[in-house]
Amino acid sequence: MTSKGVTAVDLSCVRGDRILFKHIDFTLEPGGLLYVLGENGSGKSSLLRLLCGLIKAESGAIHWQGADVKHALEVFQSDLLYMGHLNGLKEDMSPIENLQVNAHLAGDNVNKQAILSALEAIDVKRCDSLPVRVLSQGQKKRVALSRLWLTKRKLWILDEPFAALDSTSVDLLVSRISQHLSNGGMAIVTTHQEVVISAQSTQVLRLSA
Amino acid sequence: MRAVVTLLRRDLLLAFRRRSDVATTLFFFLIVASLFPLGVGPEPAVLSRIAPGVLWVAALLAGMLSLTRMFASDFSDGSLEQMLIAPQPLPMLVIAKVLAHWIVCGLPVVLLAPMIGLQYALPNDALLVLVLSLLLGTPALSLIGAIGAALTLGVRGSGLLIALLVLPLYIPVLIFGAGAVAASQHGVSAEAHLSLLAAFSLLSLVLAPFATAAALRISVE
Amino acid sequence: MNINWFKYSSPQTFYPLAGRMIPWFAWIAVIFAVIGLYISFFIAPTDFQQGEAYRIIFVHVPAAWMSMFIYMVMAGWAALGLSLNARLPAMMAQALAPTGAIFTLLALVTGSFWGKPMWGTWWVWDARLTSELILLFLYLGFIALQSSIDDPRKADKAGALLALVGVVNVPIIYFSVKWWNTLHQGSTISMGAAPKMVTTMLLGMLFMALAFWMYTIAVALMRVRCIMLERERASDWVKVLLLKATGGNA
Repeated sequence: MTSKGVTAVDLSCVRGDRILFKHIDFTLEPGGLLYVLGENGSGKSSLLRLLCGLIKAESGAIHWQGADVKHALEVFQSDLLYMGHLNGLKEDMSPIENLQVNAHLAGDNVNKQAILSALEAIDVKRCDSLPVRVLSQGQKKRVALSRLWLTKRKLWILDEPFAALDSTSVDLLVSRISQHLSNGGMAIVTTHQEVVISAQSTQVLRLSA
Repeated sequence: MRAVVTLLRRDLLLAFRRRSDVATTLFFFLIVASLFPLGVGPEPAVLSRIAPGVLWVAALLAGMLSLTRMFASDFSDGSLEQMLIAPQPLPMLVIAKVLAHWIVCGLPVVLLAPMIGLQYALPNDALLVLVLSLLLGTPALSLIGAIGAALTLGVRGSGLLIALLVLPLYIPVLIFGAGAVAASQHGVSAEAHLSLLAAFSLLSLVLAPFATAAALRISVE
Repeated sequence: MNINWFKYSSPQTFYPLAGRMIPWFAWIAVIFAVIGLYISFFIAPTDFQQGEAYRIIFVHVPAAWMSMFIYMVMAGWAALGLSLNARLPAMMAQALAPTGAIFTLLALVTGSFWGKPMWGTWWVWDARLTSELILLFLYLGFIALQSSIDDPRKADKAGALLALVGVVNVPIIYFSVKWWNTLHQGSTISMGAAPKMVTTMLLGMLFMALAFWMYTIAVALMRVRCIMLERERASDWVKVLLLKATGGNA
């Protein structure tokens, strides 16, 4: 039986002249959650970027639904949602405009109504038409995260999604991720905070510096 | 395809909301072109002799100054990462970015050039050739410039570095572009120059987006 | 016979190999240079138009050849490094760039020395001299880009891409400069139209070119060894090497 999820085989990564990590293996099946833990500089972000295809692995392979990602990159990327440290928002555009443009660029269909309800779900609807540059850090982060209420993508790769959020927003986000997992989605998450997300199976990958 | 249109519209909208940035490029072009008469004297014969070269060099520098902005904000706010992992082919997105850059920084220069040409005592048919040559040549400047802009993303001193990388590659455009205007001044047909210019632009259109896409992947890594 | 080329493609095995090769290439370079200089100064006849001054072409022409040739080789290494994602080819490209730039500069300076007695001016916007000048800009751009990127691997890749873009453009630039040159009257004196080639002269240039070539290899190998040590300073083989060099006192 071929896997329906994502498998990493013997991944290693070199930055500059030092090895960040090597021999990383894991398998994530639908409904599964993978925590990536480690100190600052242990390569958590690099691992996530490597999984998305932003960084080339020094060795190893990533398989998506049984096929090597190298040969089926487009399929993989249209099932993948990645959120890094940067919000990917344009300062001179409003949250609505940003979300519309980002969805189109990612190849998704969204209408304005869906965007409004996504903004409402994470409680930033009242600044929906202000330019992003006047929003606070937490509000910007929430606007960026509202993508998660719009997407139908199966694999979420989230780098520190809980940073800069207040406790209410953290709870909202946790319940959204659990909902995604219970619908057969998958998530790979790095975090510093003690956050409990309910999932059918939870794995922890610990990177050492 | 829809992603290309979306990206183009987004960049034009952003440029519209930051109109002053666009104006800076144009003012630069105007100022550089106005300095030469002050430096070499106001004789119309001298001015019309140097006009093709001066106007083309000014256009080249104006286009180059705005290159650093082409990917910089996408790079710093994370939009670029999202473009790189989008299922759309990256070279197509690059074409959208380059087209937006050309509309914002290249086209105004093309439209403004005849006015400055008049100040340089260029005759009417030479003015027409000037506009045509700029119209055919400036897209190549944006396309080749995009490679330099992508290579120098996140590099210290990128503004000066980009000049060093890109200006030598601009030389064919300068030669054919200024040559076309000079040819028409001497009463020779500018057709050969213009077709070579168009050929160069087409070649850049075919090759530069791929090189730029590769450069972006290297810079974001 | 099946030679395992990949054995030498890792810095660790290439380092000592390069060290053994350097003296050979250096000596061959010296021998060729002595022969070449002897031919150019004592055997080649005095030119009846230009007198003795023309003898500078024995340096100028081979230097110009090398400047273009090295750029091609550099781009070749760069392409290899980019396609195989290998370290050694990228290091070779980086090691060749300064030598290429020096030969370009040498060709420019000697060209200008030659121009003074011939045309009475230090510089003419001749098609070849102008192309050579632009080539120097391309070299400098490559070196500047590589040295301003901190991560060496990123620098390798960015430099390689730039070298490839450059190598596609070099023929276009050369063609356009030539076209520009023929259109503008007044500077139609071409270096090619200078002295008629005699076999001995050609031979002299050939030996000089070979000497330059061997010199380039020797210097590039020396430079690549330095680059290896610098980049791999954290690896075990460099530490072992260091320990040996300091007699275990490090």
